Formats: sequence, structure tokens, C-alpha cells
Amino acid sequence: MSDIKPDMSVNIGGLQMKNPVTVASGTFGYGPEYAELVDLNRLGAITVKGICAEPHTGNQTPRTFETRCGMLNAIGLPGPGAKGFIESYGEFLAQYDLPVIVNVWGKRVEEYGRVVEMLSDEPIVSAFEVNVSCPNVKEGGSLYGTDTKSFASVIETVRAKTAKPLIPKLAPNVSDITLFAKTAEDCGADAISIMNSYPAMAINIETRKPELANRSGGLSGPAIKPIAIKLVWEAARAVSIPVIGMGGISCAEDAIEFIIAGASAVAVGTANFTDPSTVIRVIDGIEAYLIRHDIPSIGDLCGTVL
Amino acid sequence: MTGTETKSCFFQFFLCVKCPFVFRGIQPLKQEQTRILEHRHEQADYWVMQLSAPGIGPEVRPGQFIGLQAPRLDNAVLRRPFSVYRADNESVSILYKVVGKGTAAINRLLPGETIDIIGPLGNGFPEATPGLTPVRIGGGYGAAALQLQARTLQKKGTVFFGGRTASDILCADEFKALGWTVEIATEDGSVGSRGLVTDTFDRWLDERSDTDIELFACGPEGMLRAFGDRAVDRDFKAWLSMDRHMACGVGACLTCVIKKNDPEKGWQWARCCKDGPVFESREIAWDE
Repeated sequence: MSDIKPDMSVNIGGLQMKNPVTVASGTFGYGPEYAELVDLNRLGAITVKGICAEPHTGNQTPRTFETRCGMLNAIGLPGPGAKGFIESYGEFLAQYDLPVIVNVWGKRVEEYGRVVEMLSDEPIVSAFEVNVSCPNVKEGGSLYGTDTKSFASVIETVRAKTAKPLIPKLAPNVSDITLFAKTAEDCGADAISIMNSYPAMAINIETRKPELANRSGGLSGPAIKPIAIKLVWEAARAVSIPVIGMGGISCAEDAIEFIIAGASAVAVGTANFTDPSTVIRVIDGIEAYLIRHDIPSIGDLCGTVL
Repeated sequence: MTGTETKSCFFQFFLCVKCPFVFRGIQPLKQEQTRILEHRHEQADYWVMQLSAPGIGPEVRPGQFIGLQAPRLDNAVLRRPFSVYRADNESVSILYKVVGKGTAAINRLLPGETIDIIGPLGNGFPEATPGLTPVRIGGGYGAAALQLQARTLQKKGTVFFGGRTASDILCADEFKALGWTVEIATEDGSVGSRGLVTDTFDRWLDERSDTDIELFACGPEGMLRAFGDRAVDRDFKAWLSMDRHMACGVGACLTCVIKKNDPEKGWQWARCCKDGPVFESREIAWDE
């Protein structure tokens, strides 16, 4: 075992992070919500809840439902809009040593372009995660994530609006994830994140009604981790841009598995609800693993699956 | 914390976001590993659990809640929210009913075992307005949320408890011991008046010469709405502690949203966990 601290820093397509751990969009609000429980300065980056150009109200309730080892959600991307986001949270986020990845979405291709255009010059915004895979918004949403042509048009449109790192978030429910990973790379994306929640449903057998007001939603939590590991493994071998892996990470061991599968960075999602200290435990646990295995840098572990 | 601060925080969420340090000063949210000090059967399906919580206990204000991670429930990803029943410098207590798999798992825990909690969560009840007669309404285990405030109030008032049957009536003796007038209604008439607690309240209100009252209520939504309607009709304030299915408990996930009246948009979502759980009846845009 070495006494030297391993190098935990990563560069995700131009986004410099002090460690490879961020949070999954929608599970950590915009920053203030968890700031009393989690030292935000310790995160590699924060990925804020999805923002579109204008304020959006989201879906009716019930919006979430707990399942075995997971949860369904159909929140429907409520948010303050691009202007409201900067006004309400810009000053707050600027206090921290914390890169901000803004998750953006739109109902039409032009709306994706618009929200990125509105936010691109904001100093607080470090990178864009492009949500082309939300299963809970009727217009756009998952369509852009499951059709390579529509997907390419979104990525090309937002690419033209910003020089900041662009990270499309891929849908898991596609027949070949490598097609989307390659399309992202070809359209100028700087990295990709895998995966969004998996389209899913639960029905109350007494009332025979779906458990969610939106009828179906996205499954997240430990239940989806093995799906995400395979998608990350496939995509990371197909492209040369970095992959941010996510889906069911609830401890350092889960995160390390993603990194070995090929992820350059990881995001903690639903586990923030279970235990807000998860993200810090994951960061510390990865570092302890590198020390234990005498690995000098996190990059040396990435994609080392045999 | 003064009543004014409560209100500004309560009504203007964005103000709080913009002043995070002020906000932190008001609500020091903590995550704490607690030990079960006592776990006793109260009555029927109702139990009381006391947890050692020197970090959270002293910070709790009436009407706030904690998010409890149920041990031995490995396939659950969400915490369970519980109103704080009692709190002191060393501990917090919850009074709960076994209603599902989460509470069933909690129910199997023994003194000495550890539980991870976050709290105090939510804004809780505002301070009682001086000069008004305090009235408390508790439906079932909603009674648990009313205890803390009553213990700190100098002025004694009247508390109404409602439930299906006698075993659903909780905390009546505690309120009597504090010098409060206790009115009880059960649907089967096994204790108190037979019928709904709203009927008992209506008769009581009709006998009064004034409506200089202020109401604080916790219980099933139908009951809260009925009291909210009375508050509007009879022109008094009713602070209602709303219950919603929650996921994060801290305002991040937007699961527990509730429709709140908005002068411009008609209504807008408010987060039950963070902007509530207590709302004044006129704030709530009830579903048709």
C-alpha cells in the first residue's frame, strides 16, 4: 500500500472535476436542498434538476412510487426555467468550489437550442447534460433518445449554441446503445452520460389504477444497476469520449464497478434520498480502494474490466 | 425563531434560497445515528419510539418531522417521514401506527438498536397568535404532531380528537394533564360523542359568542379540508399539517407537491416537505 494520495481528478470532455463523483439530475435539487447535510465543496460536480427555457409545472401527483430495490418516478420536469434558475440559484451555487452541470431539456429541437443559448454565457454553468431521454414528458422527451435521427438533430442544435462541454444523457431502452453513443460523438458531444431511468410501471391491484398519475414512469435505484453496467461497458468501448455512469449506485463498490466497466465519472441518484451521506461515502470509498490496490490515479482504473 | 421569521420563510421560499446562511441559521438540518432508548406499545396499532438524538432533539420546533431510514428493510430505497411527538435536548420521540411494510419493519426494532434519521424537517406550526384562543384538532395519529406546541403554550385551549373508535383516540390524557379542555368524537361512539369531530367542533363553536380562535390541525386530509372550509366560513385561521407521500423529505425531488393558491397563476405547486407541511387553510387550492 502506498502512502501517497491517489489522483482522483478527472477531465470529462473539458469539464475538470476534483473527483469522479457527481449527483444524478433530479435527485439533488439545485444545491440548497442538501447543502445542510452534504458539504457541496467535496463533490466532483453537481448536476442540477432539468431546466427548460421557460418555467414548467410538471406532472400531477402521485409522482413517485417505491418498488423493490427501486422507485418509479414521473415528476415531469417541473422547474423555474433558464432565467428563474440563474436568479434563484446562481448566487447560491457561486459560493462553492463546485462545477455545475446543468441538465437541459425541451419539448422541441429549437427549445433545446434556446435553453442552452440562454445559459451558455452564464459563468456559473460549467457544462450541459442534454436530457434526451426523460420517460415522463409526452412531447419530445424519450423520442429524442430512442431515434438516432432526432437524437442527432438535438445534439447538433445545442452544439451550435455553446462551446461548453456537452454531455447527452442516453436512454437505456434502445436496441443498441453504441449507435447513440457514436452519434453523440459524431455530432460533437464531449462526453455521454448513461443511463436515464428505465421506462416502467406499477399497478395497484385493489383499485386497478396505475400507482403514478402519469400511469408509467422511470425506474431508478439499485434494481437497475446491472442494466446500467452493461450499457456503460458497451458504450465506453464504442467511443473515445468519456462516459459518466449512473444507475443504482448506492456505495463506493457500485461506483468502482461502473469505473471498471468503462465510466470515467459516476453519478449518485436515488441513493441521495435513501442516505444523503452516500455521495461523500462514495468519494471516500473510491479513494480508499485506489490506495488499497496501489492505483496511482482514478484514470488507471477506468475500463479495466477483463 | 419568531413568528415573523416563520412567515417570511413560509411564504417566500425563494427568499430562503437566496439567503442560504440565514436559512441555515433557522433550520440546522442534521443527519444523526440514533439509538432506540424506548419502544413501547401505546394502544391498538399505535407505538411510541424514543431515539437518542442530541443533535436533532434540541432543534425541533412543533409540527416538524424527521426522515427515518427503516433498518432491516433492505429492498426499500426511501426514508419514512414521522411527525415529532416529543423532543428534548437528548432525544426525539415518534408516535406511529403500523400501516405498511416500513412501519412494520420499524415496529420489530428493539431498544439499543440504531436508526439513521435526518431532521428536523419542514417548517412546523407557526407560533400561536397572542390574544386568540388556541384550538387543536387531531385525527388518529395526527394527535402526535400537536403535543409539542401545547406543552410550550402558556394559554390553555380546547383540543378536539376524532377517530373511528376509542383506540384511535391518542394523547387525550396528556392534554388533560396540561390543563386543556378535551372534546372527543368517535364514529362508533365508543368514547366521546358519536359522529364526526367536525360535528362536535361545530356545536362548540356555535355556543361561543366569538370566533377569536386559532386552529392547529393534523390528521386525515378530508378532516383537514373540512376544518379549512370552516376557517374560511367563520373567519378564523386554521393551520393545517398536510400529509403527502414523500421521497427525499428535503425539497429536492418534488414528489410531495401540493397545490397552493396563487394570485397570478391560479395555483402553483408547493413542496409539502419543505414549504410545509403546515399551510394556512386559505393557501391550499383543494382539488375539485
